[in-house]
Amino acid sequence: MIQLDVTLYPQEIDPAGKRDPQAISTADYQKLIRDALDDLFPDVTDRRERRELMALLSPGATDLLRAKVMADPSLIGQRVIIDVPFSDDLDQLAKGRIDAESETATRRVTDKQIEWFQRLEQRGLVRQAFNTTLFTAGDSRSPELAGIWGSLVGTFWTMLITMAIAFPLAIGAAIYLEEFAPKNRWTAMIEVNINNLAAVPSIVFGLLGLAVFLNFFGLPRSAPLVGGLVLALMTLPIIIIASRAALKAVPPSIREAALGVGASQVQTVFHHVVPLAMPGMLTGAILGMAHALGETAPLLMIGMVAFIVDIPGGPLDPATVMPVQIYLWADAPERAFVERSSAAIVILLGFLILMNLIAVMLRKRFERKW
Amino acid sequence: MIRKSLALAVLATVVTTAAAEARDQIRIVGSSTVFPFTTRVAEEFGRTTSFKTPVIESTGTGGGFKLFCDGVGIDTADITNASRAIKKSEVETCAKNGVTEITEIKIGYDGIVLANSKAAPRLSVTLEQLFLALAKDVPDGKGGFIPNPHKMWSEIDPSLPAKKIEVLGPPPTSGTRDAFNELAMEGGCNKIPAMAELKKTDEKKHKAICQGVREDGVFVEAGENDVLIIRKLEANKDAYGIFGYSFLDQNRDKIQSSLINGVEDDYDNISSGKYPISRSLFIYVKKAHVGVIPGMKEFIAEYTADKAWVPDGYLAAKGLIALPDAERAKWREQAMTLANNVGM
Repeated sequence: MIQLDVTLYPQEIDPAGKRDPQAISTADYQKLIRDALDDLFPDVTDRRERRELMALLSPGATDLLRAKVMADPSLIGQRVIIDVPFSDDLDQLAKGRIDAESETATRRVTDKQIEWFQRLEQRGLVRQAFNTTLFTAGDSRSPELAGIWGSLVGTFWTMLITMAIAFPLAIGAAIYLEEFAPKNRWTAMIEVNINNLAAVPSIVFGLLGLAVFLNFFGLPRSAPLVGGLVLALMTLPIIIIASRAALKAVPPSIREAALGVGASQVQTVFHHVVPLAMPGMLTGAILGMAHALGETAPLLMIGMVAFIVDIPGGPLDPATVMPVQIYLWADAPERAFVERSSAAIVILLGFLILMNLIAVMLRKRFERKW
Repeated sequence: MIRKSLALAVLATVVTTAAAEARDQIRIVGSSTVFPFTTRVAEEFGRTTSFKTPVIESTGTGGGFKLFCDGVGIDTADITNASRAIKKSEVETCAKNGVTEITEIKIGYDGIVLANSKAAPRLSVTLEQLFLALAKDVPDGKGGFIPNPHKMWSEIDPSLPAKKIEVLGPPPTSGTRDAFNELAMEGGCNKIPAMAELKKTDEKKHKAICQGVREDGVFVEAGENDVLIIRKLEANKDAYGIFGYSFLDQNRDKIQSSLINGVEDDYDNISSGKYPISRSLFIYVKKAHVGVIPGMKEFIAEYTADKAWVPDGYLAAKGLIALPDAERAKWREQAMTLANNVGM
């Protein structure tokens, strides 16, 4: 971060003086930033050098200034101090990942830029700040402007759809198969199929999603709705198997006792067996969701592995999810993305641990020993 | 049963609402090599105009054309990125699906580099030597072919280091590998007189020999992730890696590129075509969507604007090698008039 002293000349931003939001938003903030930099380094006049000087700052600097002015038009005409992020190369220099002593040709910052940076440091204008952008912004090509919020929201929508579809369907299927279905060749085949589906590689579900949801139903590409449907199909067998195991674990004595006092089959199952099996079923569901949370392969096929800047506003907007975001960042040539992907991995791991923790707590809390 | 029909009903409503909703966002698919550049333009475009930021998928060049040529309409892609020119067969597929007017825009060059760790000395090879090091079968000098016997660089030529040949590169699914096979392997192969002879008599066999990469563990397929290859090069100073120029550009403090045919793979040499392993990058625009999807014209204008694709524009900062001035002017002209420049 660099502290920049910007003068908001009214003639530059709002020559008409009407404080019209449209006019304010289209003003040349780039020029204001450049003027501020020129004030700091009046000795830089050469065209090429001025370009190098501008390259110190992140391309997002102008937007920061615009947002600030838009939020408070009364600032026009005053001098404001704003914190502007450095560009990713300078960021790496500040963190010592680029060696200032190394040969000029081997590093991405020029000698001049290092000298300017040191001058800024001496004047106390450089400070390190916690990277809040990482949590509030969508994806960006510039590491210093990239954030995970977009993918986090995308994950939320996707998981919501997955849960809304997979959970009731899986629990219903498990109860039916375990308690009501007649044992014949037909149900045996369904059972074998469910067990097989749980072992199918996840990319196959992506292909299915592409063929069925996109090509046949014509749903939009990259939408969390489709992602959620695909992941729901993927987690269904996992939840069904876990739920059936939970139902099986309820001792027959409970069933017999209920039937003995005159409860019907349906009453026995829904009043006695299901409540006792619920913790096990929930654990299965949460583990299934955690599995879906970490998936990228099936989403590749339905277009969710994409560069999306705008924050998705609903399940039909294009979106990406956290593991995909990590995959994309890990693939990017810019060095500073290594840190971004590490941070995103830590956040994703945090979520996974949290979900597993909830599963463990549910089991500990409600588990009954017979 | 009730649950099922309910789910179906929900799905049906969603389908109809989705189809009725017009798209206000450009959709781009295609090459992962062009991806960093197009995303940069898209971001700038989204930031400086009132249009939404385009959505860009990284599907690979071939996958991109497949989606692009799927037809005309809001559920198909508007633009595709490509790290090679469109093939005749792809143009035909496009035409069959009603995509008859396509504008091709060449955006710049990409060099494919052979690099190793800075801790080791720099390598200087010719394409011919590179072919002899990596080919699956090499000519035995008597008109026949033998499996590649070379284990050490020095066995090929005494001027090369006496070290084990070990090269990390992209898998066959990658466009970078295609380009490497075509430009480096075949280029080196044709330098051998016997092979040039074979091209005239048996083209199929010529191609198989020239583009066959050895599978005995000397050439290691390191996956699509170039960052990973660079990490491995750092750890193993005897290994060499094959990847795109932009990754070299970002990591020059850790790795150095080898001289190919004595030419350094710097910016000027790739731009002028002196460096032998360089390829052109393209974007293809579906003309039928211009005017239907908002912002198409403006996006193309942004891509070919002077602040973007010139030698000191923001794309060059991301590692794009700009076209020479005259060529740039020509492509800009075609882009702005949306010339229908892909031959049927």
